[in-house]
Amino acid sequence: MLLIRCPYCEEERPELEFRNGGEAHIARPSNIAAESDEDFEKFFFIRSNPKGIIFERWRHMHGCARFFNAARDTVSDKFILTYKAGEPKPDLSAIAESGPAAWANRPPDQLNVKKPAAKRKPVKKGEA
Amino acid sequence: MADAVSRIAARAPALAGREFGAKDVRLAVLQPADRISLRAPAASLGALSKALGLTLPTAPKTSASKGKRSALWLGPDEWLVIDDGGRDPLDDCAGVKALHSAVGISHRNVGISVTGRAAAAAVNAGCPQDLSLAAFPVGACSRTILGKVEIVLYRTAEDAFRIECWRSFADYVFAFLVEAARDAAA
Repeated sequence: MLLIRCPYCEEERPELEFRNGGEAHIARPSNIAAESDEDFEKFFFIRSNPKGIIFERWRHMHGCARFFNAARDTVSDKFILTYKAGEPKPDLSAIAESGPAAWANRPPDQLNVKKPAAKRKPVKKGEA
Repeated sequence: MADAVSRIAARAPALAGREFGAKDVRLAVLQPADRISLRAPAASLGALSKALGLTLPTAPKTSASKGKRSALWLGPDEWLVIDDGGRDPLDDCAGVKALHSAVGISHRNVGISVTGRAAAAAVNAGCPQDLSLAAFPVGACSRTILGKVEIVLYRTAEDAFRIECWRSFADYVFAFLVEAARDAAA
């Protein structure tokens, strides 16, 4: 059985005591009436659903009944860490694996930080 | 007349007096007790502890007990207080001015005792927690699950547990434990 660490109970508990609560760190807009339809759709329906590391809310339903946050790898189902609700999103770069799953979460523009080198000069005929 | 009234108003506790004995495990439905579900912030604990006559535990999975009254830690701001001596803890909390919520749940719960050498094995038939003495020592308590239902598990001695479940689940819990006790004895 999968063991999940509850940050309030301060120990690993069997998975049967827990419920998943969807993606974490989704901020509710302060003025929801002024939201455009597109922004509301984004906030309400659109989830990242990554292959790799995901930040999720979990609830220790049949234990202390508290919500908390967890970083989980959706490929291996491994819980990387759990932390109390309200705490800032931890930086996983230090502890996360550097395998392919670690890259799955990043938006495309972060994957190639370095600008590609300028095009090479066309090779003159007869040189190579 | 009085006889007629008492016949109408006679209260029949759920599973009253039900017992089961197998080799190394004994099950018994406990007498009705007074219980409250207590929720309070840290600032109110001093006043509540004084009113209840015991220090409310603040560490996870621990309990405090004095005389016939026990306070079980269920969550960071939630306790289950059980009194077997007939003094309702709800009355004791009524005079406390500090912020808190005390809800009487005496009739919501049924207590079942599981005792004997194989008590932990019987409970483990449906409860996935580690019940070794190192992980779940005497006095430890936790809300957890047994089979399909939620229970509160409280270790009162090395070979004795108290299980608190909702009364509508009590039949299921007792039947489950009977099967578990048979298996544990075998």
